Amino acid sequence: MAVLNLRVNGRSYPVEVDPATPLLYVLSDDLKLNGPKFGCGLGQCGSCSVIVRNQAIRSCITPVSTVAGTEITTLEGLGTIEKPHPIQKAFIDEQAMQCGFCVNGIILTAKAFLDRNPKATDVQIDQAMSDVLCRCGTNVRMLKAIKKYAQEVKA
Amino acid sequence: MKAWTPDAKAALQQAGMSRRDFLKTSGALIVAFKMEQGRGVAPGFNGPGSAQLDSWIAIGADGSITAYTGKCELGHGLYTAQTQLIAEELSVPFNRVKLIQCDTALTPDQGTTSGAQSHPSNFNQGSLALAGATAREALLERASTRLGVGVDQLAAQDGVIQLKTDTSKKVTYGELVGGRKFSIALNRNAKRKPPNTWTVLGKPIPRIEIPAMAAGQFEYVHNVRVPGMLHGQVVRPPVVGATLASVDERSISGLPGVVKVIVKKNFVGVVAEKPYQAMRAANQLKVNWTPPPTTLPSHSNFFDWMRNHGTTRDAFTVNSKDIDAQIAKSSKVVKATYLYPYQMHGAIASSCAVADVQGTQATVWSATQAVYPLRNTVATVLGFKPEDVHVIYKMGSGCYGINGADTVSFDAALLSQAVGKPVRVQLTRKDEMAWENYGVAYLIDQRAGLDSAGNILTWDHESWSPTRGGRPGNNPGNVVTGFLAGFEPAPFAARTPAPDPTNYNNGSNAVPSYVTGCVGAQCGGTGTVASQRVLTHTVPSPFWTGPLRSPARLQNTFAHESFMDELAAAIKADPVEYRLRHLKDQRLIDVLKGAARAASWQTRPSPRSGARRAGVANGRGVSCVLYEGDNGYCAMVADVDVHQDSGVIVVKRLVIASDCGPISNPDGLRNQLEGGALHGVSRSLFEEVTWDAQKITSIDWKTYRPLFLGPNVPRIETVLINRSEGEAMGAGETAVTVAAAAIANAVFDATGARLRQVPFTPERVKAALT
Repeated sequence: MAVLNLRVNGRSYPVEVDPATPLLYVLSDDLKLNGPKFGCGLGQCGSCSVIVRNQAIRSCITPVSTVAGTEITTLEGLGTIEKPHPIQKAFIDEQAMQCGFCVNGIILTAKAFLDRNPKATDVQIDQAMSDVLCRCGTNVRMLKAIKKYAQEVKA
Repeated sequence: MKAWTPDAKAALQQAGMSRRDFLKTSGALIVAFKMEQGRGVAPGFNGPGSAQLDSWIAIGADGSITAYTGKCELGHGLYTAQTQLIAEELSVPFNRVKLIQCDTALTPDQGTTSGAQSHPSNFNQGSLALAGATAREALLERASTRLGVGVDQLAAQDGVIQLKTDTSKKVTYGELVGGRKFSIALNRNAKRKPPNTWTVLGKPIPRIEIPAMAAGQFEYVHNVRVPGMLHGQVVRPPVVGATLASVDERSISGLPGVVKVIVKKNFVGVVAEKPYQAMRAANQLKVNWTPPPTTLPSHSNFFDWMRNHGTTRDAFTVNSKDIDAQIAKSSKVVKATYLYPYQMHGAIASSCAVADVQGTQATVWSATQAVYPLRNTVATVLGFKPEDVHVIYKMGSGCYGINGADTVSFDAALLSQAVGKPVRVQLTRKDEMAWENYGVAYLIDQRAGLDSAGNILTWDHESWSPTRGGRPGNNPGNVVTGFLAGFEPAPFAARTPAPDPTNYNNGSNAVPSYVTGCVGAQCGGTGTVASQRVLTHTVPSPFWTGPLRSPARLQNTFAHESFMDELAAAIKADPVEYRLRHLKDQRLIDVLKGAARAASWQTRPSPRSGARRAGVANGRGVSCVLYEGDNGYCAMVADVDVHQDSGVIVVKRLVIASDCGPISNPDGLRNQLEGGALHGVSRSLFEEVTWDAQKITSIDWKTYRPLFLGPNVPRIETVLINRSEGEAMGAGETAVTVAAAAIANAVFDATGARLRQVPFTPERVKAALT
């Protein structure tokens, strides 16, 4: 066990934890965050995504010790129910989810990609989203919401 | 009287209600309990419900309205639609209604939320909708007495009933019944509000949960955190059919946080303080298993294995007993065999439950589709009485049928019982995928005789499919945990030969749309062909099986709608025109025409002329169904590119026409049709459960690779036919049902190659092309 300092959504949290523990377990169990989710535990579906150093990473396969001291942004860190971030608002406006379980990974993957590639074309966006999974088949609405946000980023 | 565990009380308090308050604002509850006491069996799919208005609707002193439903939100928008329904029937704004869903302490027993049954159950003249209508009429009658005027002179709006001619004369719902019970039965004759007057229902109201989901605030069952909660993991057998030999607890003696190793017959689990500690302990625990004496049937020969099984349960759905005679008279006979694999629900969230078992009381937070049936089976597993188990529904990820939600509820209950503390269990991806109740494989032989004009004289259908377990119902052994803990699945009852059918029931869509569906004098089919035989055989499955979105209906519809295309091609007829020639149901005709029109369908036979056998070929295909024989009309036109060198199919565009009666929420309906269509694309092109001689080998998203978010997402267009005069029908499972055939037919149109085995992998496409 070790005491690590985690910086999540602008706040600091000292956590006493086995350093090998995947980041996701610490976020959802110790910090009680609902945004990042356990989907596969294998880094294959994206549900556990968080943003670290401008990249969406898979927190279910990231040992917590490797991100101690680094700013971590979860879905809760973007906006709130009352004041959603523009990309969250785009998903709400398009009603771009069904069960909503995957939406954490979809939104954070899209946001990290567009922040790095604000002029991305629709084809590039589609390609960038090829490694995240929605099992409800809400693909069309989600891609529409992402492209709507992309237009705002460009403007 | 219902018992509440401390954590259930805490949960209620967290929601801002004491139990007393809760009962005060919803006097219904006591009534609902009395109905349920001692009832161990929910009769049928939709449960007994309740005949008492107070079980469904309560009006607080402040005029707030609480409604209770046994049909749960699964991600399909039902919670919002049911809230709209009650707001509409009671003439109050949408946000005035609080809906309580699926809780064995609070809501009526409506069985299982599945099979696209929620709209038929709760939006027609029964259950929740009838409760709304009964309440409105009761309020109007009481206002009439209070104000001394006739009901016909009164109007209800925003929770106030007032004289139409003098709005100063009024009384509120709160004044009429607030805080007290209605104490009346549902009125079978209560009049629903006509759809042309709706202002809330029928509107595209945004879903209630979505802002919280988008903000990462929504609480799924995975986020239930009970004070003092521990974490469990299960250790499943390494191969199908293995039995437990021994567990070496010393193998994890050095690990931190381990609370207990639990063994019950072949069920093995570990409880630890933290989730990662439980995961490590489960991985490291040395468990010795005895493999079964036999191996699994070969994956590559599985369809032959089914056909030659010998032990079957046989049934006729229809049988006009003139097939051979009609075949002998036919100018042309066409035959084809279609194959469909086992597929999995493959929920994106591995299943999770939290259980708190203390003494002889249990509370279970579960994403089950069936809170009352789960209450009964958890009680069986724990050795409790059903009334001592409280099941609270919390949403999981989309399940599409019976995924691991029930089995993991048993896991959590068994582990919590062993440690006397609340335990959360979330399955690993492999434990989810290797042991779930799969959607079943199908082998379907089709045969038809055509007359000299090319019309169908006779249609003969024979199928084989495997079965083992299913929804737990009253058998915990119908899912893996119950079986491992010592309960048997429902027994397989062989029956040969098939008895004659006694009534027409096309719940499995085993009967094609083009026959009359006559059993005796009763003809329930949608088509014109009188000579018909549908014979089904089920065989014992080596794996657990259970309903997966459009169970059997999807597989049968793939075979029917592909075969219909083959018949049209055999006489060089246009596929839409040929279908219309054999249909008599106007609503099915209308969706078929509606989809064709919206897709700018060009009337001509398939395959298209000039199709080349190289490069990218483009084609269109059509498919249609009346889901379950009576529960939702749908037609789809698919437009596909076939990359003939690689064998890759890219679906470019899907046009879907839907008729599910009066539409509750058009945007929610569109979302379901779009999602169903893409689920159908994924299942048609990619999904197949695989295994070797001993075990399942499709155990993650690399070995069971579905459609990911991008690229190659088709455009989807929906045509909604709103039948305000009709009965409400299901729409969550119609689009998925027609996708495979629409795609296969489009591939045939593009290339002349016929795909008869799902999924349409590049290898199978290339084999069909040569």
